[in-house]
Amino acid sequence: MARSTVSGAPVKSQARRSRALGRLVFLGPGLTYLIVLLLVPLALLLSYIPFRRGRFGGIVYELTGENFTRLIDPLYLDVVLGSLKIATIATVIALLVGYPTAYLIAQLPRKWKTIALVAIVLPFWTNFLVRIYAWIILLSGPGLVNSTLMDLGLIDKPLELLYNQGTIITGLIYSYLPLMVLPLYAAIEKLDPQLREASANLGARPARTFLSVTLPLTLPGVITGCLFVFVPSFGNFVVPELLGGGRSIMVGNLIRDQFLKARDWPFGATLSLALIAVLIVLLLLQAWSARRA
Amino acid sequence: MSRIRYTRRFPAAVMVVGLALAASACGGEAADTTAAVPAASASSAQLNPNADLSKQSVAISVWPGYTPEDLPAKVKSKLGLDLKVALHDTNEIIMAKLTAGSDTGFDVAFVSGQYAQALNEAGLLEPIHPELIPNLANLYPEAKELAYDKGNTFSVPYTWGTTGICYRTDLVKTPPTSWNDILDPPAEALKKVTMMTTERWLALPAIKALGYSVNTKSDDEIAKVKAKLLEAKPKLLGYDDTTFGDKLKSGEAVMVEAWDGWCPTTEKNIKFVVPKEGSDLWVDTMVVLKSSKNKEAAHAFINYILDPEIHGWAAETILYKVPNKAAMDSIDPALKAANAPLQMTPSQLLEGESIVDLGEDSVKFTRLATEVSAK
Repeated sequence: MARSTVSGAPVKSQARRSRALGRLVFLGPGLTYLIVLLLVPLALLLSYIPFRRGRFGGIVYELTGENFTRLIDPLYLDVVLGSLKIATIATVIALLVGYPTAYLIAQLPRKWKTIALVAIVLPFWTNFLVRIYAWIILLSGPGLVNSTLMDLGLIDKPLELLYNQGTIITGLIYSYLPLMVLPLYAAIEKLDPQLREASANLGARPARTFLSVTLPLTLPGVITGCLFVFVPSFGNFVVPELLGGGRSIMVGNLIRDQFLKARDWPFGATLSLALIAVLIVLLLLQAWSARRA
Repeated sequence: MSRIRYTRRFPAAVMVVGLALAASACGGEAADTTAAVPAASASSAQLNPNADLSKQSVAISVWPGYTPEDLPAKVKSKLGLDLKVALHDTNEIIMAKLTAGSDTGFDVAFVSGQYAQALNEAGLLEPIHPELIPNLANLYPEAKELAYDKGNTFSVPYTWGTTGICYRTDLVKTPPTSWNDILDPPAEALKKVTMMTTERWLALPAIKALGYSVNTKSDDEIAKVKAKLLEAKPKLLGYDDTTFGDKLKSGEAVMVEAWDGWCPTTEKNIKFVVPKEGSDLWVDTMVVLKSSKNKEAAHAFINYILDPEIHGWAAETILYKVPNKAAMDSIDPALKAANAPLQMTPSQLLEGESIVDLGEDSVKFTRLATEVSAK
C-alpha cells in the first residue's frame, strides 16, 4: 500500500503515456491514410491555383490572379449556381421523401426494422454506374416505361423522359436517398417516445407535437442527411452526363473537363477550391447546429 | 466478342481524349496546317546501320490495347532485343513525361500527329532515318502527305481515320449526306440524334456545314458556329462521346456523329458516311526520342511495326485503318467487306482536314463547348 502511494505520481504519468500511445495506435492508420491520400494530394492540387496553365496540361510557374477572376465570369458562375439549384432541389425532395420513410421504419417492430434498413442499403450492393444505366434502359425512347405505355395504348409516341434536368434530379435523389434515410432514422430512433406522449398529454395536436418536439430534436439528423445528399450531388458529373445526356453541365463536369479536355489544371484547381469552400461552410453549419442541439 | 469490343473501343476512347487534347494543345506560333521545319534535323545523330541490336533495348509508351499483347516476345525473337512497354491513357500523360526532363527513359512513343509536331518544335525528337526503316515502302504514298509532318521527317504514322455520321439504315427515310442532316434532323430523326462533347468535334459539324476550316481561329466564325450549335441543341437527343454506338443499336438514336472506328458497322442496319461538306483527318504516330540511347534499335522496332503482320493486327483487332498498303491488302476481305470504314481509301481520307493545334487560341473552343453545354 505504502509503496504504491509513493510511486503514485510516476504510475499515473505512465498510465497517461500508455493511454496516449494507445490513442496513437488506434488513430495512426486512419490519420496516415487521410494525410497521405487526402491532404497531400489536396495541397498539391491547390498549389496550382496561382499559376498559369501549361501547354500540355500541368502548370507554368508564372504567378497570376486570373483563375480567381474567371470564377466570376457569368459563364462559370451560371454553372455553379445551376449546380447549387439542382443539388438543393434534389436534397429537399430527398428530405421530403426520406423523413416519413425513416419515421415509419423507426416505429416498426425490431425484426421489420432490420429488414427495412437492409432494403434501404440494398442498392449499394450494385455498382453506381450500373444503376444509373438501368435508368437509361427504363426511361429511353424505346425503353421499358415508354414501350409499356405504348403497348397499353396510353400514348402514341414515346415521352421524352430522359436527358433533361428533371432526369438529373431524379438520378441524384435515387442515388443518395439512402444517405438521407439512415441518419434520419438514427435521430428519430433515439427519440424517447415519452416526449411525444407528454406533448400529447399537454394538449398538443400531432402536427404541433411534430413541429415543436420531434422535428427540433431530430434536426441534427435532418442536417446530416441533407449534407450527405447535397455534397455528392453538388459535385456529381456522372449523372448529368449519362441521365442529362450532356445537354447541361454541372460544376463537377466543368472541373473534370478542365483537367481532361481543356488542360487547364490551375482553373480546375480553382473551381475545386470553390467547391470545397462551399462544402466547408455547410459542414460548419452542421457542426454548429449539432452543438446547439 | 467482348475482347474485340474492349480493344476496339478502349484505345479509341483514350485516343480520342488525347486527340482532343492534342487538337487544342500546342503553342500559338506554328498553328497553321503546314508542318514546322523539323528542328532536330540539323543536329541529327550519326546512326550505325550495322549496330549490334542485341546490346540494345527499346522502351516504348503506347495506349492500352493499341499493340499486340505478345509484342515483347515477338520483338525478342525477331530482333533479339528487349522491349519494355509502358502505357499511357492520353496524349496529355505521355507529353507530361516526355517534356518533364532531359532523359525520359523512352526510346519510342506513340502520340497523335499534332503532338508529334509539338514535340518536334520543342526539339525533343530524333529525325526519322529512312534508310533504317525499309518497311516505310509499305506505306501508302498518301501517308507521306500528312499536314503536321510532310514526308514523315520526324514521325511514322500508325493509324488514321476520320469523323462522320453513323446511322440506322432502317430508321431514317433518306440516308444522311450532309452535316445539316444532324444539325437540323428530318422529322423521323428529331431528338434522335447525338453529337460529340469533345470540343473540336462538338464544333466540327457546324464548322463544316458553314464551310469554315476545322482550324479556324476567327472569333466571328466561332460565334456563327456557336449560334448554329445552339440552334441545333433542342433538336438533339444529347451529346455523347462514348455510348453513341449503343444508343444507335438500341434505336434510341437513329443518327450520330461518330469516329469511323467507333461506328458499329458490324451490325447489319448500321452504316457510316462522311458528309459531303468534308470532315477531319486524325493520325496516331510513332516518334523516336532524341534522348534515346538505343536509336538503332528504336528504328528497327518501328520497322518491325510496319511489317504487314504486326500493322495488320491493328486493323483487324481494333478495326482502325492503318496507313500501310501491304497490311491493308493482307487483312481478311470478309472483315473489310463487313466494315465500311475499313474500305475508305487513303485519298478519301486525305480529303479530310487535319486538325492542328491552335495554341493559345484553343481556349476559344473550350469556351465554345462550355457555352453550348451550359445553355
